[in-house]
Amino acid sequence: MTETPRKLGTTDEEWAGNGELLPELVAHLRENRTALRQEWATRITDAHLLSSMTAKEVFSEATSVYDNYVEVLETGSVEALQHYARDLSERIIPRGVETHEVVGIVLLLRDVLARSLFEKYHRDFSLLNRVLDAYEPAANRIANTVAVSFVEERERVIRQQQDAILELSTPVLQVRERLLILPIIGVLDTQRARQLTEQLLRGIRDHRAKVVVIDITGVPDVDEGVANSLVQTVDASRLMGAEVIITGLSSTIAQILVNIGVDLNKMRTVGDLQGGIEEAERQLGFKVTRHHDAQL
Amino acid sequence: MPSSESLGTAEPLRVSILTQGPYLIASIHTALDDEQLTRFQRNLIDRVGRQRSRGIVIDVSTLDVLDSFGTRTLTDLAQMARLRGAETVIVGINPEVAIAMVQLSLEVSFVHTALDLEEGLERLAEVTADIRSVAHGMAPERE
Repeated sequence: MTETPRKLGTTDEEWAGNGELLPELVAHLRENRTALRQEWATRITDAHLLSSMTAKEVFSEATSVYDNYVEVLETGSVEALQHYARDLSERIIPRGVETHEVVGIVLLLRDVLARSLFEKYHRDFSLLNRVLDAYEPAANRIANTVAVSFVEERERVIRQQQDAILELSTPVLQVRERLLILPIIGVLDTQRARQLTEQLLRGIRDHRAKVVVIDITGVPDVDEGVANSLVQTVDASRLMGAEVIITGLSSTIAQILVNIGVDLNKMRTVGDLQGGIEEAERQLGFKVTRHHDAQL
Repeated sequence: MPSSESLGTAEPLRVSILTQGPYLIASIHTALDDEQLTRFQRNLIDRVGRQRSRGIVIDVSTLDVLDSFGTRTLTDLAQMARLRGAETVIVGINPEVAIAMVQLSLEVSFVHTALDLEEGLERLAEVTADIRSVAHGMAPERE
């Protein structure tokens, strides 16, 4: 066997080149499965990784990972492991397991197995070297696969949640005939502001709205871009024949709007949502009377 | 009964102008080029004087785009109409058109806007009532 420089990943060819040693390695790992697995689980607990899982759960996941690990060494195909890692991530992400923990446990397993190889082959240094040549690229590739699968799964969850938030975050509600309210909660960024404008305009057309109250009590902060797109929302609504009243401007936002010089003449503002709705009702000709007052 | 009339000399304009009481209702059927827009403007202003109209409703609901020239023509038209005693309401601006217009900072001044024809006529009744009552020194007729 020729000396080849070690690489982080490994190609299938290299894998085949190391083929003669890998079966031996796999046999060794299978033989010592119980002891190594136990050792690994103990080290996970000692390192305070996966603290959100019980010892029993850690042990059972450790078993699966261990078996998958050996299988990858044997077959050279990471597909099954990838699948398992994604599955595992799906189960543990909701429980608050962090990326560093997942990477940490895989690296621990690598170390545990490497040590057992040292122990077995320490008498024959050149054989040990060749065993490590076969083992290390495979181990690194496995660590890589698990980490990437975990991060990908995490990103998928984040994307899904972002979509959900975007969809939920801008309800356009009709409170009276031809009167819509649009309560905005949370941070407004330019993308959300644009989406909000589109939804509002569609709402105006569908509900035939004449007055819209936009309540921004729940908005902590705005920047210049967002302030301008608010002004655009007001203008666009007017083009469609609806008047916009903005309510719930916090002192911070009022300050920002004045400081960045937004043209406030075009904006109609009322202190709070109640005031805004009352103003809108007046404009639409509604008169709200308390029941027992009306009887007097 | 509203009367209809096709505009233009060279080729028929794709705009119909109807008379409804003291108001003119112009609906634009398809996108107009600059020359057609100018002709449309002139014809409409002519008729405001001839028929002593008090208001104009321009329906643009079939338009997918309203560019700077179109916007300016409408603004000019509204200003001329006001000089001849008529208020202008533009109706039927689509959400997409509205967004594009504010993003391009196109403004329509001298113009009222409303959702659709019905709203537009209502709006005209409001504004012309205001103007009339101011002229006669009376309070606006409102419920």
